[in-house]
Amino acid sequence: MPVITYREALRAAMSEEIERDPNVVLMGEEVAQFNGAYKISEGMLAKYGPKRIVDTPISEAGFIGMGVGAAMLGLRPVMELMFFSFYSVAFDQIFNNAANIRYMSGGLINCPIVIRGPANGGTNVGATHSHTPESIAAYHPGIKVVVPSNAYDAKGLMKSAIRDNDPVMFLENTILYGEACEVPDGEYLVPLGKASVMRAGTDISIIGHGRSIQLALKAADLLKEKHNINAEVVDLRSIRPLDVETILNSVKKTSRCLYVEESKPFCSVGAMVACLISDQAFDYLDAPVKRLTSIDAPAIYSPPLEKLQLPSVERIYQAALDTLK
Amino acid sequence: MFGSLTLNKGTFASNYYFNLKALPVTKKPSSSKKPEVTNLGYDARQAPINIKLGQDEKIALYRDMVRIRRFEERCLRSYQQSKIGGFLHLYIGQESIAVGCASVMGKDDHIITAYRDHGHALAVGMGMNEMMAENYGKITGCSKGKGGSMHYFDPSRNFWGGHGIVGGQIPLGTGIAYALKYKGLKGACMAFMGDGSVNQGAVHESYNLAALWSLPVVFIIENNGYSMGTSQERSSAGPSLAQRAEGYGMNWAIIEDGHDVLAVRDKVGQALKLAHDKSLPSVLEIRTYRYRGHSVADPDTTYRDKAEIEAYKSTKDPLNVFQLALLAEQTLTDEIIQKIDESARAEAETSAQFADASPYPSIEDIKKDVYWEIDNPADRKSVGALFFD
Repeated sequence: MPVITYREALRAAMSEEIERDPNVVLMGEEVAQFNGAYKISEGMLAKYGPKRIVDTPISEAGFIGMGVGAAMLGLRPVMELMFFSFYSVAFDQIFNNAANIRYMSGGLINCPIVIRGPANGGTNVGATHSHTPESIAAYHPGIKVVVPSNAYDAKGLMKSAIRDNDPVMFLENTILYGEACEVPDGEYLVPLGKASVMRAGTDISIIGHGRSIQLALKAADLLKEKHNINAEVVDLRSIRPLDVETILNSVKKTSRCLYVEESKPFCSVGAMVACLISDQAFDYLDAPVKRLTSIDAPAIYSPPLEKLQLPSVERIYQAALDTLK
Repeated sequence: MFGSLTLNKGTFASNYYFNLKALPVTKKPSSSKKPEVTNLGYDARQAPINIKLGQDEKIALYRDMVRIRRFEERCLRSYQQSKIGGFLHLYIGQESIAVGCASVMGKDDHIITAYRDHGHALAVGMGMNEMMAENYGKITGCSKGKGGSMHYFDPSRNFWGGHGIVGGQIPLGTGIAYALKYKGLKGACMAFMGDGSVNQGAVHESYNLAALWSLPVVFIIENNGYSMGTSQERSSAGPSLAQRAEGYGMNWAIIEDGHDVLAVRDKVGQALKLAHDKSLPSVLEIRTYRYRGHSVADPDTTYRDKAEIEAYKSTKDPLNVFQLALLAEQTLTDEIIQKIDESARAEAETSAQFADASPYPSIEDIKKDVYWEIDNPADRKSVGALFFD
């Protein structure tokens, strides 16, 4: 099976959907002539032309809102935010318009838009460019939120997101863009809302999403190697819809849960998952659900300190041991 | 005519002016002097788009304005009876704009507006029953009671709302125009806003995108003089609101006679033609006036004199002005006027009864129309939980 990067997987997904459906367009800052700020769309302008691959000005409220309007009339715009952090500039368009238009029209209008881009820290770009807004996005009924942790999922989830008739926030990760794994040639879909058990285990469930999953897998190796602890690693893949069943099944099996994510702790996805577990699997727990997040402050610039602020293999390893105490 | 006028030459050949300079514009910025507007013999009745109007069509224009006014007067009574919650933004005084604009729409022309949306909704053909029921929060409302007075929609009539955030609908209207152009349709989107919208960033971003990509959109500023309780002088810099279009190399015009439904048809018709034929956007500022407060909750005692309202009403009421014109040319008679009025009152009254008698949505309805997938379970592709209560 071919081994391709997360970046190539996203490009393949968007290219296949552009070829399949004439209503799909990719728009964003520097996506066309510049070949993408992170080269996700490299070569796509040359291949598909300026009608399908569209450079926008730096004008997030304007072009995201324009995409919402175009989606209302039946296009399927894939809107790239150079950094997902810039969603805040388009907040009204995303959360008042895209999220609510179906509801406020009594179901008369759909908004099949995908808003995508990297949502992560760890690249020393400071607080303005390092937001992880998955819980903020998922807070809003009407919105779907996807956070792929690897190339295989990135492709299959992106294709599903583009075909989805609801607005989807697709949160990528600059650090993962160059990470590769086996990805089959051609068509496959990963449905939104289906978690993936990345590693089976019996002693503790390490659940999370996004790049934290890659770290959790390494931490699980360490736990096995040093303590013979069999950790199960569950990748949610999408936040809303959420695979509650897989979460509960894992926790019922292991009786302990550590949630790992790059977000800040207050009202995070992990907080929601802990609440669901407490409501629906309390009797199975041998310890409180523990959460590991970024340290609760704006993203620090200082490169060595930012490493410490974010979840790391070491922090996950230690948090798992604490949960098992 | 539209094409012969240029900006800031001192005196204009009519009571409106257009800058039709082809893109890109190399012209120096205009002076900040307020452009002089005169009314030298312009007669909207003689405009090509109006001269061909038949008697029935003229009466229909008049009837639609009357229907809007009677509907809203009935809404006000219902609001005072606590049948309607939240906000109620009345359009009374501005009827000529929605009716004039809707009357020049073609098959692929679209409308989007802000929260003062009753007039546009009726003008595009929505029914009073579904509108009043929406105001009452009933399941028979146009948005099933989920949107309220500010959020009417009817995509089947190319009407895309009804939007609550000032200026927030303008990028959407730009996107509708984008989609029309993308699909190769010869249509345009009329994106309405109030004078309070023009200072919102989203509006300027939309201007830029529309001009940059030559999108078929007509930005229509219904300038009633007050953004809520703040007058134009106290909120907006520059000589006029429409003139800001120059910064984006867009065509623009001020329509002083916003109370004249025929003038609105003429100017908006020209802007639509520009969008249809050349895919060019434009900004129209239509001067108008609202008789009621910003919303019914506004006691309207702090920012303007009653005398100002009365002065406008007595000389520029859109219904009266058009009625007099049609009486003079014997298109209307007192008898027809009375009939139209009675019929509109009865229609509005019936809508209130319909709304009253309609059921509220059920508690189960709260979670419908959130996700397309939940409402179409047979076609659902995703799995997992979408709701969390």
